[in-house]
Amino acid sequence: MEKLEELKLVVSSSPHVKSDETIEKIMYTVILALLPAAGAGIYFFGINAVTIILLSIITAVACEALMQKAMGRKIAIKDGSAVLTGLLLAMNLPSNAPWWLVVIGSGFAIIIGKQIFGGLGFNIFNPALAARVFLLISWPVQMTTWPKPATLFSKASVDAVTGATPLGLLKSELLLKNNIGEAANISVVDMIIGNIGGSLGEVSAILLVLGGIFLIYRGYISWHIPASFIGTVIIISAIFWFIDPARYASPLFHALTGGLMLGAFFMATDYVTSPITPKGMLIFGFGCGFITILIRLFGTYPEGVSFAIMLMNLVTPLIDKYVRPSLFGEVKKVA
Amino acid sequence: MEGFKGGIHPNYSKEKTERLPVIDAKLPKRVVIPISQHIGAPCEPIVKIGDTVKKGQKIGEAKGYVSAPVHSSISGKVTAIGMFPHPSGRDALSIVIESDGADEWVAGLTERSDYLKLPPDELKKIINNAGVVGLGGATFPTHVKLSPPPEKKIRAVILNGAECEPYLTADHRLMVERPEEIVEGLRIILKLLNVQYGYIGVETNKSDAISRLTEIVSKIPKEKTAETYVERSGIEWTKDVETGPNIRVIGLEVKYPQGAEKQLIKATLNREVPSGGLPMDVGVVVQNVGTASAIYNAVRFGRPLIDRITTVTGAVTYPKNFRVRIGTLVSELIEECGGFSEEPGKVIMGGPMMGMGQHTLNVPIIKGSSGLLVLPKTAAGQREFYDCIRCGACVRVCPMGLLPNMLSIYGELRLVDASVEFKPMDCIECGCCSYVCPSKRPIVHFIRYMKNELAIKKTKGKQKKEAVKG
Repeated sequence: MEKLEELKLVVSSSPHVKSDETIEKIMYTVILALLPAAGAGIYFFGINAVTIILLSIITAVACEALMQKAMGRKIAIKDGSAVLTGLLLAMNLPSNAPWWLVVIGSGFAIIIGKQIFGGLGFNIFNPALAARVFLLISWPVQMTTWPKPATLFSKASVDAVTGATPLGLLKSELLLKNNIGEAANISVVDMIIGNIGGSLGEVSAILLVLGGIFLIYRGYISWHIPASFIGTVIIISAIFWFIDPARYASPLFHALTGGLMLGAFFMATDYVTSPITPKGMLIFGFGCGFITILIRLFGTYPEGVSFAIMLMNLVTPLIDKYVRPSLFGEVKKVA
Repeated sequence: MEGFKGGIHPNYSKEKTERLPVIDAKLPKRVVIPISQHIGAPCEPIVKIGDTVKKGQKIGEAKGYVSAPVHSSISGKVTAIGMFPHPSGRDALSIVIESDGADEWVAGLTERSDYLKLPPDELKKIINNAGVVGLGGATFPTHVKLSPPPEKKIRAVILNGAECEPYLTADHRLMVERPEEIVEGLRIILKLLNVQYGYIGVETNKSDAISRLTEIVSKIPKEKTAETYVERSGIEWTKDVETGPNIRVIGLEVKYPQGAEKQLIKATLNREVPSGGLPMDVGVVVQNVGTASAIYNAVRFGRPLIDRITTVTGAVTYPKNFRVRIGTLVSELIEECGGFSEEPGKVIMGGPMMGMGQHTLNVPIIKGSSGLLVLPKTAAGQREFYDCIRCGACVRVCPMGLLPNMLSIYGELRLVDASVEFKPMDCIECGCCSYVCPSKRPIVHFIRYMKNELAIKKTKGKQKKEAVKG
């Protein structure tokens, strides 16, 4: 009995058991889900893609550590969130982006996009998207020169040939010929597998969708945002396509090109910057889809996914303020 | 049946004890009986040091309406009355009794075989005198719960046999081994409240309990009364009509917190207790199955509440289901289970989701102690927590439809007044949010803090108002 008296017992508030979910587990699962699409980027754009991905991740992690140290926070680089931001940014860059562009972008994402606001959980914008938009506005030429996919094992010299993305082509054809012109000739199969121009991680629609479904299956994201985001883009583009198929591309074209799949499954679903309730998520996804298609059809930029998500990031606190879960036992007004 | 929203599926870990019959714990040589084992006013000791007492003798008298008396759980001599460790974490006034080994019942316990014919007030008095409180863990005095104000019409009584807390199997074993006590207890409650409909809600993972209870319920003799009908044509005829209680055993989805009162009512009767309200607001009284058995024993045999079933499990060598005398020290039960099987980190009174961590093993088992869970040191480390990443897991699992994420942030920043917007008082402290949180935030702890602060402010406000009036 004496021995028992000496026991040092932990006393803390209930519950005394917790699930084995951790931030790391979530982050690394999302990274895992992105890897196939990143792999497709490497396959289509060659060794440059590898360099950009690694450079972006290393810069992000280094900046995260430096900022956390400078701001007197706990160094938490092993939680994987900086790795994820670095990877996401890289996947949003053209494969021929110069090294300094990658470093500036990745540094911006972590320092301005995330740590200045207080670190993980406090940022207003998705850090990778904030960096992408910052780069796009600051260095439009470098950000919109797209190497044509030349598969890893082909003899063609990488970066030698550049060309427009399908959405870029669509916009320029519309300006020149007042119809969708050449854009209509892009093969659907190429769009699905990713054999098209674009940011290095956004091209393979099929692998992004599979990654997204994996995350939904594992319960790390819910279907609400991707479904309403992609659904809105498809429905609105379908309406215009029915009205005038000569001037407007098909909903399939809009769904499979640009950053829609990457954005809808991996960027718009960022926990920190999207609403917390299912209803709020549906509104958020609809807003993203609406702004995206508005920019694509009527804007100057060929692509609108990044801007759409960033604008909706801003609305997130408002959505969360007004869209609340229904309280158990809330007195329902009798009509 | 429409269940409640949210909830979690933690590892139930009941297999260690769910098939072990309840055994009587060794008669303790010494019991420490706190005078406060219930919600409400503590009672007042009515014995002195040196007095000899018998098993079942009242040693603490209830003070006030919301209170319950306590009884000696053994026969012997009062050796001390003073402050001793209490499962709540604070020391509390307790009566210490040394056993004389005879374990003799006090004289004058009234057996009643015609208990279903007793008037409601008489039944209530017996239950009150027997010191029966809610044995599910909340320990609210039962006679108060059975006295709804006349304007609240009670239509149904639900017995809570969900036992959704992981590890615990006390109610499960009681339902399997003594289902007749539970059903008779329910019949007493129905009689007392003059209610027709009784339900016993049991999670479907306890199929043996469900079949035992169903079997007992089916044996209740139906009463037949002749009713006379008068047809429009003027012809009169009589018909035997079956009356009497309408009791049903309901299988419930296995999901925590299925046994939370409001969630149980929702799952059983699809009624939502209004925010800030009580079960009686939807015409329901809920009692734990253990309480029903205690009521039966009090009414049928005149026996006050002096023991209860407690599951001792986790990191002990031989986990067991005990019938244990109130006042038995935790250290003795652990010893009787062969001691710790690993270095202990936490000793929890109750279940892992809502139980209380103990700082010493010298605390007694009290009326609300449904279980004693030992977590090994490896599983009990206090983990640091991180900022909320807004993953929304807590919002999805909250059975009350709250935003635990916001409440935890407001709690961390001590924004007590502003937190009212997020309804902290509606929180039932089930712990689902803290359980799922990947940032390991002690969400319930923050909410408890705010609830407590708000309660203090409310009483202070009242006192101020009264002072102004005075």
